[in-house]
Amino acid sequence: MNIIEKHLLNEPKRTVQNVITAVIVIIFLMWSLTAVDLSNFTSNGVAIAKNILHGIVTPNTDLLFTFNTNGVPYLLLETVAIAFLGTIVGTILAIPLAFLSASNIVPKPVAFIIRLFLIFVRTIPAIVYGLMFIRVTGPGPFAGVMTMALVSIGMLSKLFVDIIEDLEVNILESLESIGCTPFEKIRYGIIPQLFAMFISVAIYRFDMNLRDAAILGLVGAGGIGAPLIFAMNAYKWSEVGSILIGLMVLILIVEFLSNKIRNKIVRG
Amino acid sequence: MNILRAKSITLPNGKVVPVKRSKTPVIILALLICCYYSVQITGFDLQVLVKRINQFWVILADMIPPNWNYLNKLWQPLFDTIKMSLLGSILGSVLALPLAYFASSNMRKNQTVVVVTKFILSLLRTLPTLVAALIATFIFGIGTMAGTVAIFIFTIAYVGKLLYEQIENADLKAFEAMQSMGHSTFSAFRFAIIPQILPNYLSNAIFCFEGNVRYAAILGYVGAGGIGLMLNESLGWRNYANVGMILLLLAVTVFIIETISETIRKKFL
Repeated sequence: MNIIEKHLLNEPKRTVQNVITAVIVIIFLMWSLTAVDLSNFTSNGVAIAKNILHGIVTPNTDLLFTFNTNGVPYLLLETVAIAFLGTIVGTILAIPLAFLSASNIVPKPVAFIIRLFLIFVRTIPAIVYGLMFIRVTGPGPFAGVMTMALVSIGMLSKLFVDIIEDLEVNILESLESIGCTPFEKIRYGIIPQLFAMFISVAIYRFDMNLRDAAILGLVGAGGIGAPLIFAMNAYKWSEVGSILIGLMVLILIVEFLSNKIRNKIVRG
Repeated sequence: MNILRAKSITLPNGKVVPVKRSKTPVIILALLICCYYSVQITGFDLQVLVKRINQFWVILADMIPPNWNYLNKLWQPLFDTIKMSLLGSILGSVLALPLAYFASSNMRKNQTVVVVTKFILSLLRTLPTLVAALIATFIFGIGTMAGTVAIFIFTIAYVGKLLYEQIENADLKAFEAMQSMGHSTFSAFRFAIIPQILPNYLSNAIFCFEGNVRYAAILGYVGAGGIGLMLNESLGWRNYANVGMILLLLAVTVFIIETISETIRKKFL
């Protein structure tokens, strides 16, 4: 028996574990398969699928290149503005919440309560926030901005907390030992550590908000969602196509830019 | 003009060190300009917000106390939602593996295949889940099937992207050794790369499932089945006590699933 065969025999045997895992996964799969309900699927569906594909391939170019308030470019601009302002407001709201729920800054019970609060903020779907804000601001992009802001808080503060808890305290001690005032400690010891990471997280969230902003139209909170849904309900597939193409191009561009900027920020 | 001139410090030995100029003022200025135009476009108005913010609490106050009698009607849709996201997540994660294999530039020598697969994955990722669900309801009819398809598409795109990034960053030494021994690319991938990426792959898939449960809850809004359907109905009837019950149930469910998934990811992977 040579050394290679010996190593092969020494390989841990995981047959039992593998079988158990496989059985569990299969049971879950079977259980979830009961949700599949194809009774509503008719030959009509195939025709509609064909129409949608046809619409995307032959988009309504008038709509795609009109630069008034009904055209796709303006709607996309509005969506970007909603996502952008929503991210800014969300970041401003998330920063104090993040500091309040960081266990190395505030006492444990306070941090726990704020965290529980954040879980609730995170679970309420965007659509419910949208409806709540429409009461405040009336329908339109303003409601969309506030909705995006509240929706972003959950993830932003969670990621901010991770960054805050990773703060390097050695630097603060050395700053103190050379006689820095508390203000100087914050300015030169804390802000440089946090700033770049915070911005990187905020840009990432902007990227996500852009996708989510497209759904706000469902409740009348502005953006490109509403025209998309109207076009779909009216079976105007070429309009649907032009809106989807605009949205996809925009998201691809923003994703590309945001990856580039974030790489630059994080690597310095 | 102190801002524009580059500062320099003269060291005791006579050497002059230029201080790197910070780009922060430029970035802040650009952000402020973007903010100004966004405010113009969206009609953001702080005064309205301050004056009418009490309206925000009206719906929230109506949700408390939640309507506990409504709970009995919610179990079935809740399980539908979980089933939908489970099925979509499992199938999507499984299909993501071959797609990620074809999208990795270090596995496939034919760069056309790599670029095309990557492009398909990004296209799928750009499609907002709710829009995908809406399209699916037109094709598969109203019901859980549409939601499952939407979640399936999202999972492929999300898990697939993370997976091909991992494959591209994987350690290729074992892979190359196996190839030189005569394994085909595919079988070398199976025995050298998969063991490396498996823990992260499973962890991403479970994390995706966790997010999908939360997402599936709103898919019902476009008729894609599950608890979102009940949410939509209650919102439509302005029965906010029922909405409160649904949200409470959702929060508890999401919390339980998050805890389980976190335990699995920390203990086993």
